[in-house]
Amino acid sequence: MSDAEFETIKRLQQERNAAAGKKKIFEATDAPTDNGKASLTEAFDSNLYESGNTDKFAGYNTSIAVGEDAEMEDVELNGRRLVGQYTATKEQMNEYAHGATQEDDILMSREQQAQISARESDYQKKRYDRGPLTPTRADAFAANSQAGVQGEGASYREVMAMRDLEREEARVKQLITEKKTNGQNGSTEHAPTLKAEETSDKENGEAGSTVAVAGRKRKQRWDVASENGEAPADNEQPSDAKTKKSRWDTTPAPDSAAEAAAARRRSRWDQAPSLSNAGPAANQGQATPAPPQAGVVSFGTDISGRTMPFSDEELDMMLPSEGYKVLDPPPGYEPQRYAARRVMSTPASEPAAGFGGFMMQEDTPRAMGKQMPTEIPGIGPELAFLKESDLKYFDKLMDGQDENQLSVEELKERKIMRLLLKVKNGTPPMRKTALRQITDNARQFGAGPLFNQILPLLMERTLEDQERHLLVKVIDRVLYKLDDLVRPFVHKILVVIEPLLIDQDYYARVEGREIISNLSKAAGLATMISTMRPDIDHVDEYVRNTTARAFAVVASALGIPALLPFLRAVCRSKKSWQARHTGVKIVQQIPILMGCAILPHLKGLVDCISDNLNDEQAKVRTVTSLAIAALAEAANPYGIESFDEILNPLWTGARKQRGKGLAGFLKAVGYIIPLMDEEYANYYTSQIMEILLREFSSPDDEMKKVVLKVISQCANTDGVTAAYLKENVLNDFFKSFWVRRMALDKRNYRQVVDTTVDISQKVGGAEILDRLVANLKDESEAYRKMTVETIEKIVASLGAADISERLEERLIDGILHSFHEQSVEDIVLLNGFGTVVNSLGIRCKPYLTQIASTILWKLNNKSPSVRQQAADLVSRIAMVMKQCGEDQLMSKVSVVLYEYLGEEYPEVLGSILGALRSIVTVVGINEMKPPIRDLLPRLTPILRNRHEKVQENTIDLVGRIADRGPESVNAREWMRICFELLDMLKAHKKGIRRAANNTFGYIAKAIGPQDVLATLLNNLRVQERQSRVCTAVAIGIVAETCAPFTVLPALMNEYRVPELNVQNGVLKSLTFVFEYIGEMAKDYVYAVTPLLEDALIDRDQVHRQTAASVVKHIALGVVGMGCEDALVHLLNLVMPNIYESSPHVIDRICEAIDAIRVAVGNGVTLNYVWAGLFHPARKVRQPYWRLYNDAYTMSADSIVPYYPNLGTDNLAMEELFLVL
Amino acid sequence: MADKLRAQQQLEQLQARYVGTGHADTTKFEWTSNIARDTCSSFVGHAPLLEYMALGMGESKEKVRAMMIEKMVQPVGKPPEVQD
Repeated sequence: MSDAEFETIKRLQQERNAAAGKKKIFEATDAPTDNGKASLTEAFDSNLYESGNTDKFAGYNTSIAVGEDAEMEDVELNGRRLVGQYTATKEQMNEYAHGATQEDDILMSREQQAQISARESDYQKKRYDRGPLTPTRADAFAANSQAGVQGEGASYREVMAMRDLEREEARVKQLITEKKTNGQNGSTEHAPTLKAEETSDKENGEAGSTVAVAGRKRKQRWDVASENGEAPADNEQPSDAKTKKSRWDTTPAPDSAAEAAAARRRSRWDQAPSLSNAGPAANQGQATPAPPQAGVVSFGTDISGRTMPFSDEELDMMLPSEGYKVLDPPPGYEPQRYAARRVMSTPASEPAAGFGGFMMQEDTPRAMGKQMPTEIPGIGPELAFLKESDLKYFDKLMDGQDENQLSVEELKERKIMRLLLKVKNGTPPMRKTALRQITDNARQFGAGPLFNQILPLLMERTLEDQERHLLVKVIDRVLYKLDDLVRPFVHKILVVIEPLLIDQDYYARVEGREIISNLSKAAGLATMISTMRPDIDHVDEYVRNTTARAFAVVASALGIPALLPFLRAVCRSKKSWQARHTGVKIVQQIPILMGCAILPHLKGLVDCISDNLNDEQAKVRTVTSLAIAALAEAANPYGIESFDEILNPLWTGARKQRGKGLAGFLKAVGYIIPLMDEEYANYYTSQIMEILLREFSSPDDEMKKVVLKVISQCANTDGVTAAYLKENVLNDFFKSFWVRRMALDKRNYRQVVDTTVDISQKVGGAEILDRLVANLKDESEAYRKMTVETIEKIVASLGAADISERLEERLIDGILHSFHEQSVEDIVLLNGFGTVVNSLGIRCKPYLTQIASTILWKLNNKSPSVRQQAADLVSRIAMVMKQCGEDQLMSKVSVVLYEYLGEEYPEVLGSILGALRSIVTVVGINEMKPPIRDLLPRLTPILRNRHEKVQENTIDLVGRIADRGPESVNAREWMRICFELLDMLKAHKKGIRRAANNTFGYIAKAIGPQDVLATLLNNLRVQERQSRVCTAVAIGIVAETCAPFTVLPALMNEYRVPELNVQNGVLKSLTFVFEYIGEMAKDYVYAVTPLLEDALIDRDQVHRQTAASVVKHIALGVVGMGCEDALVHLLNLVMPNIYESSPHVIDRICEAIDAIRVAVGNGVTLNYVWAGLFHPARKVRQPYWRLYNDAYTMSADSIVPYYPNLGTDNLAMEELFLVL
Repeated sequence: MADKLRAQQQLEQLQARYVGTGHADTTKFEWTSNIARDTCSSFVGHAPLLEYMALGMGESKEKVRAMMIEKMVQPVGKPPEVQD
């Protein structure tokens, strides 16, 4: 950089500083004066020169319509819009409405947000659709059941029959809806459903077919187009009346909804509207017009208010108070509110719901619903909370019945209810005892009463995380106790727990797994299989999915081999493809759950699903390929032999698949290739590469992701050579993935970057960089950023050795360009720049001038973030600048940085200080420019800054100066800094406190401890505990750096101040002093002993506690130094304290005794202990046993010689009396 | 309350790991058995000590070792009768 340029920058900078100064002055006078006095700076003639107060534009139209022809936009011409309507797709609009990326809905109340159901996706909400809990199942495996005797509850056969019924119902319903959408006019004829079903699977049709399907294809009708979806299939059904109506020239494949709309339009005038046309749109999807729902009550028909019983207050008003008596209800009478409230509570509490207008809320208890009770009999008032939804489960507790008149069963029910309420809503200690009671009494309560209460609670919609966690915990505990009694309830429990397996919260998933695995251990494999078997081919996909996951958990709990025969049978089911799908899905979930633990059973698992690769159902084929991918991923890097059989179908299958199916197959291929040895990997990669290259241009995001993943997996295997990649892959890869569009989507972006880095590991950095550098000058910023990130990763991992001179030039040029052009300062660019410059090292020399001038210009920028980034860059490249010998340049930069110490943005100031620090580090204190004696006084006021980043960087810089070159500044300045440092001792960040403490040490070393110590001792008197502790630490450090004798006298003198805080502070500092000086303590033990004597017999227990920790540190420091006499003396003083009961105190005391035991030996110390081990008073025995246990665990062998001689009876060890 | 519980748990853990540790309710029989066992195992574990004793008893080292190990079964005799 030329000097002229430097001057310009300097001048500009000074101008800026001056302007900033002036601006402050103006601000003072510019303040508007509204107090009636005339302002000196304002013009008097306010008519001519408008004052700021009046609106100059009053009466004018101040805005013009921007969208002038807004009304033109909607004009339709011949039913076609003139202006194109551009809108985002539904997925884009709803992207942040569900799932992991969901944003908080600010309109939702906080109470609702806490509920689990509020953050569930639509799919997860399907759990409520599983309806009421199924009836209890019979326990077919009970030990004492006799053949032919039917137990209580539904048997396996009944359940299976029910499932069949459900399937049939779903099929019929689907048929009805299809009919409704297709032919409204009732002229449809019954088509054979089986064939229609075969072609109705859209995916199956479009995905092509594998070997087996090819064989089946003959069965299909010749005229059925297999490429199209269901609608054309319907169209071509031979006797469909609708096809007659369709015009020959219309396109043959409108989707069914459009078809329905068309049908509706046709039927408008020439025939009576059919039921579903006339009805509201909501009824469209329903099979039968639903009867009015029970919960929705229209206005005026809600008679619940009228039929409610009179309240006590009302009765008091109506009836005279004398001559009447309140009768007790007859025995056995039970009010019916339990059931009644459940249905009616909502409409009754919102009388205005069915009516449009506003209605005054009646303020009677009846209309508002029951007020929340504050106290529940038998529990007391101290529940943590009680929700409205709890009432319907727990209201029996509040009906005030006399417990003496209840039957045993009812009493039990209430007892459980009370305990559950305590667990769910109680305070932690309450919860604990209640949980223990439930667990202990589980078998007495019985499975039925327990689960009948717990499970409905878990299905409650307003359930929150904490409550769910607690209830699940109850189930877990109870399961252990109930063991095989749970069998009839397995399905109910599963229905409630399975949704946890697909919860978005990791811990919920773990909890769910835990329960299911405990459940399967308690109920046994046979029960689990017979219970879950009916759900495997359930009509609802949600049920099948959760069942598959639950089965995987069962497999991990009971072992894979136990489940394999069943899985094999399910995967080969001929009856329904749903069963096969679920079976394969179970196999997919097992490796995800168990990881490499599947290895011993890999062969069996692969065998289970190998046939399904050629399944006739596309869905089954896809899930099979995914299962193979999961198995291969878990088995990595072993187990290729298990996959031998499926390699062929997999690879041939991959050639025949399209779309989603292909993505699955490719994924499987990608995970299997890394398992292979070199030759095979090479061969199989070349086999699949053709397809990969073809799919490079796929528009599907999912496919793109899979392809990128497979490419990086292939590139990572040994068998794939660099030459092969260069020749066959690179060109296409760059052509289709290094395009601007990829930078816009976050997920694609990441995948592309990772894959490129993986490829570069194989083909070398230069090859890739060569192709990438051109992108650095692209006009899209996101694309440049993506390029820089990739370059950074490549250069960081591979270095810059193979970068040619030309490439190096282009690289630096490109990075500088993108650094210049960034509109938002990004850490990615900063890192990229830093990494590239650092790895080029000395080769950067030619470019440093240019880089430095960029930095200097940026430092002068108006925007703070630009300045911050420039300063950060300085600290990254300072090392390289020094390597290149650009000291001149560095001093220029540091002078500019020095000028900027007046920076007002703390973030920027922190970065500037960091940059200065790194320059000081590489240049050295003496060569630093500006000289340290100028720099340090500027830093002193900055120490007062409260911002963490600033504090951290200043203290670091100051500490470095104090360490390396304290002589460049006079002692007075250092003292000033000491005072500022005291405040830093109470910083929040530990790093800052530590740095401040160390700096105290450096300063004390530089200017002598006296002054520093005086400052610190004064600081011991402050109120703040944190500050005192840190001061104590600082004193310890000073003692360590300047030898203890400089500190101890002053410190011990300070102990004479008759003030508790000060004395404690002194003891605390002594702790740190002796901790830090270690064995130097041997010269000072006798000096401090009198002080410790005094402290150990003080009345204040904190005093004794702190003194004990001083003793501990002394003892540990002087082990083997010959100070045992002093230590025994101290032991005598410490010993009486072992009866302290406060945990902190007793811990310190025991530590001190342990330390003394280490220093004076077991023999002496244990002599104190024997005395108390069998003392008649337990209170005495207890602490002695603690001491004994500590000694025993720490040095069992060496206390053997010191065991007391119990020479009575037969306890003597005669061997010890042998003399040779 | 919580502290007491935690102390109790810690003690149980300690006991599970080191059999020789005790607590306020350890009986004389338990404790003396433990220290006798510790002593024997210490004799067996220190080869010079074992050799010294073998010499003194006029037995072979292995015999003494076996004897010591045998002695660890009920080092201080039978457990006292349990009184109800």
